[in-house]
Amino acid sequence: MGIIVVGLSHKTAAIEVREKLNFPESTLPDALRKLMAYEGIRESLIVSTCNRVEIYASVTESAKGTDRVKQFISDYHGLSREALDQSLYVYPDAQGVRHTFRVASSLDSMVLGEAQILGQLKDAFDIALKTKTTSTILNKLIKKAISVAKRVRTETKLAEGAVSISSAAVELAKKIFGELEGKNVMLLGAGEMAELAAQHLLGNGVKNIMVANRTFERAEELAKEFKGDAIRFEHFPDALMMVDILICATGAPNYVVNRDMASRALKERRHKPIFMIDISNPRNIDPEVDKVDNVYLYDIDDLQSKVDVNTEGRAKEAGKAEEIVSQEVETYLAWERALDAVPTIVDLREKVEDVRKRELEKALGSLNGITDDQKRAVEAMSQAIVNKLLHAPLVVLKQAASGSDAGDNTIAIARKLFNLDRELKRPGHEKAADPSAQVLPEQGSGSKSPCR
Amino acid sequence: MNLLFFQATMGVYLCSAAGYIAYIIKPERTWLAAASLWVTVAGYLLHISYFALRWAESGRIPVTNFFEAANFLGMGIVLVFLVMEFRFKIAALGSFMLPLVLILMIPTSVLSGRIEEMKPVLKSGWLGVHTSLAVLGDAAFAFSFIVSIMYLIQERQLKAKHLGAIFHRLPSLDIMDTLGYKALTFGWPLFTLGMISGSIWANSAWGTYWSWDPKETWSLITWVIYLVLLHLRTIGWRGRKMAFLSILGFVFVLLSFFVVSRVNVGKHTF
Repeated sequence: MGIIVVGLSHKTAAIEVREKLNFPESTLPDALRKLMAYEGIRESLIVSTCNRVEIYASVTESAKGTDRVKQFISDYHGLSREALDQSLYVYPDAQGVRHTFRVASSLDSMVLGEAQILGQLKDAFDIALKTKTTSTILNKLIKKAISVAKRVRTETKLAEGAVSISSAAVELAKKIFGELEGKNVMLLGAGEMAELAAQHLLGNGVKNIMVANRTFERAEELAKEFKGDAIRFEHFPDALMMVDILICATGAPNYVVNRDMASRALKERRHKPIFMIDISNPRNIDPEVDKVDNVYLYDIDDLQSKVDVNTEGRAKEAGKAEEIVSQEVETYLAWERALDAVPTIVDLREKVEDVRKRELEKALGSLNGITDDQKRAVEAMSQAIVNKLLHAPLVVLKQAASGSDAGDNTIAIARKLFNLDRELKRPGHEKAADPSAQVLPEQGSGSKSPCR
Repeated sequence: MNLLFFQATMGVYLCSAAGYIAYIIKPERTWLAAASLWVTVAGYLLHISYFALRWAESGRIPVTNFFEAANFLGMGIVLVFLVMEFRFKIAALGSFMLPLVLILMIPTSVLSGRIEEMKPVLKSGWLGVHTSLAVLGDAAFAFSFIVSIMYLIQERQLKAKHLGAIFHRLPSLDIMDTLGYKALTFGWPLFTLGMISGSIWANSAWGTYWSWDPKETWSLITWVIYLVLLHLRTIGWRGRKMAFLSILGFVFVLLSFFVVSRVNVGKHTF
């Protein structure tokens, strides 16, 4: 039994590859259910953002589980296994725990210390909870990951110094336009990240924001928030000539802005430059658009290269954060081991106590006319025998719990020797180990997914 | 004595050019930019002193041989740079302008710094007017040329998504595009006036306004290039294409200044 993380991210795969593996939010429950149908997958969670597609699973056996998860991705997206084997990374067990914590703490992010990934992880978890594909192990893992992320945020300056993608975009915009005052911005699509970028631009002097979205109501809602104008989605190509900065984040599976559209807009605006930011996955602006003179098209990967320049200064804070993650991985693993050992100890104690009581009653029933003192002596004797016999196994189990011994085998053998597995389903334990009720996302950011 | 001032001027410009280049390579050292600016101001004062001394010594405005003309052009460019720098505070300009000044002036310094006898025909009040206007026009073109180069560097980095250290020092595309154009709207009229004044002067000296002297011809080509550029601008050309045209225009300025004057025989031959 173990945790595995299988996936790819901006660090290991280009956006073209990532978008092939993308799971749109609306399809997640279905995908999760399909995944659960594979043998040996006990729990699962899918995180699919612009920057990463990852499957978190608790499986009966790591190697087989990894194989099944890969098979699922291959079947689901219709991709060849060979290609997948090359591009996917796998983190089993302790590595998986570490990876989860690093992702949640934004140490694996494009922009170190950005907070969005935590929200995205919470959203993914929320969907998995609703679809009922997580249970004890993943609930525990994600809850812990969230608390690690919070610890990293409060104890390091990683988040404080974080240059978010959107502020990187603002910086680039300033390199093109100088002052942003009086510039026209268009939001195409209404994702979380597009909103964030728009907020940044507003903070930098931009006054006019247009919002175009497939659902006009949502466009109006956003436009109201930014004191801008909502326009109908089909009219956006005509409005493009007024746009200085275009932020594109629709959920479309194909290109929404093409080269002809861009050329026409440029001509109409007498070749005044347009800065286009494509934060969609899959991409919504045809890369060909970049070839048009005076158009500057940046997608997420490009923004990454921009952000790198500012990252170096935060290497120290990242080091501190890695330290915290390492500590927490240790704590988690110890806890996991203890969580296995402790119920075993309790089970063993209870079972033996049960036997003792029954046998004692039987014996006392057949011993007629003994005094209370004698009764107490017999009882004390039974207790003493039990304690003496249990002493050695309990010491070993406690060692296993604290990790000073090879834990897994000891516990398994103990359970077998004492035939404890039938007692596993005592209600008290399950309740203690299921924290799902407390881990729901903090705010209802629910339906919005940043890339779509 | 004169020559000492010239050498001192070059030395000081060399220092400020080095300072500006160091600044653009190590952008966190902002003090380098401020220091280099004041070094440039000092160099410019020396430069003016040298010019004045030479003027006093020869008894005429010292713009009549190749060495003097290059020196005068250098002064014009530094003047334009200082005005722009104090006005817009774009220190990266210095990293390009001062090397240009040095490139233009240092090679000519091996030529005779000696004060030569002026051809009597040139003795006229128009000499100062014509050369000053032409040099200011050329200096404005030089400024536009430099800004265009900076624009192209910045534009290429933005397009390639590869943002080097220099990127953080360069001003926005918009500012460079605007400045490059504005410089031409000053430079072109000045250049035009320079040509007109030259033509009037030619008429009084040789009795003809225009004689297809090689320098005149080249200047006319240059003038037309900038005219076309200004026209294209009004119909919406901008950015990269404009920058290329401005660079082309300045190549013609340089050719007519440094090559045509030297190779061909004519009124402007030094």
